[in-house]
Amino acid sequence: MDAHNRWFILFTVVVALLLAVMPLPTDWLWFRPAFCALLVIFWTTRMPQELGVGFAWMVGLAEDLVTGATLGAHALSLAVLAYFSLLTYRRTRAFNPGQQLMWVFVLVGINQLLGNWVHSLAGKSVPGLTFLWPALTTAVLWPLITPWLHRTASSLRVR
Amino acid sequence: MLGLVATALILINLYTDWLNPVRERLASLAAPFYWLTGTPSRVGDWAGEQWRTRDELLEENSRLKHQVMLLEQQAQLLAAVRAENTQLKELMNSAESVNQRVLVAQVIGVSPDPLEHVLIIDKGRSDGVVQGAAIMDASGLLGQVIEAGDFSSRVLLITDANHALPVQVLRNSVRAVAEGTGDLYRLKLRHLANTSDIREGDLLLSSGLGGRFPAGYPVGEVISVKRDPGRAFAEVDVEPRGRMNRSRFVLAVLNAPIDEGQD
Repeated sequence: MDAHNRWFILFTVVVALLLAVMPLPTDWLWFRPAFCALLVIFWTTRMPQELGVGFAWMVGLAEDLVTGATLGAHALSLAVLAYFSLLTYRRTRAFNPGQQLMWVFVLVGINQLLGNWVHSLAGKSVPGLTFLWPALTTAVLWPLITPWLHRTASSLRVR
Repeated sequence: MLGLVATALILINLYTDWLNPVRERLASLAAPFYWLTGTPSRVGDWAGEQWRTRDELLEENSRLKHQVMLLEQQAQLLAAVRAENTQLKELMNSAESVNQRVLVAQVIGVSPDPLEHVLIIDKGRSDGVVQGAAIMDASGLLGQVIEAGDFSSRVLLITDANHALPVQVLRNSVRAVAEGTGDLYRLKLRHLANTSDIREGDLLLSSGLGGRFPAGYPVGEVISVKRDPGRAFAEVDVEPRGRMNRSRFVLAVLNAPIDEGQD
């Protein structure tokens, strides 16, 4: 376990959870990137044999607990997200950065869609398509964050 | 398979309260995250407190002394009024009044979900905070505790779109229900007849009718009344008194039966 430096995965998850509850000005709340979704796409694309739907499910449950959302909301959306990401990880790896960005937008969009479905079950109404903003901000962050994550994971030999 | 489990969890969570004890236990796990992300602003506050000039402190000191004097004078008046009030209530055989114990709590986080107005405070069941406890700041009512963990609690603000509370107008005791709108600076009065006597500038107090909030705390001020003869009800906008997104310290009101002869 230690030789594989798996702690780095846990570390990134904890950082993503911290970013998920970081206080933001009220007007910016809609634009908070879905850091956990970004991480799930990253790790399932990088290590599809080791990390899968179960990993995403656990991350989602942790996010539900920390953010105080309906238990299972993020677990469901991230598990579905991981499933799609696992189906397409070969293509995602081969994409150029622009294509990757668009594909991340679609994946996180699916994630947000499921989250919105749970929201509406809970009786909260979202004005229009604002729930898709995080998909856009996450997609923009993707090419900025993933090179760094790849480099660190490689130098730590995370396997 | 995991998707099914998650869906089942969601449904159980939404439509039953079986998971509430679990959530309350696990709330203590979430608190450190909020505490940690709040650190930068706390450091900022601390620095602001530490690096102040002597003059500023002296000035603040004298201002506070003045304030204490004014408040003490008002408290003296209040004692007489309270005695009179108890007497009158005894005359009318009305129910025992309730003495409120108040606890100061610090806001350690805000819910990341833009659709809900929820604060996380650093006091929980170990300090006596229970679900349903009213939360206020120095200027008015803020909300109520919806989830009391061991060492932290989640507070639903009165401006949340899912929140409503019974209020009454200070001037003439007209009763109404103040509903949250999802806007931090607006409440709405629901189902208030066009003919009811309410105007701009009226102060609304909690009426205590729901049994949730203690009576008599300021809730907000009426800022606009629109009466359209074509509609059954007046449209009344209210600005909440409590500073919803600026309070760092809040008061939790813990109900305790009054102790006669004390205080």
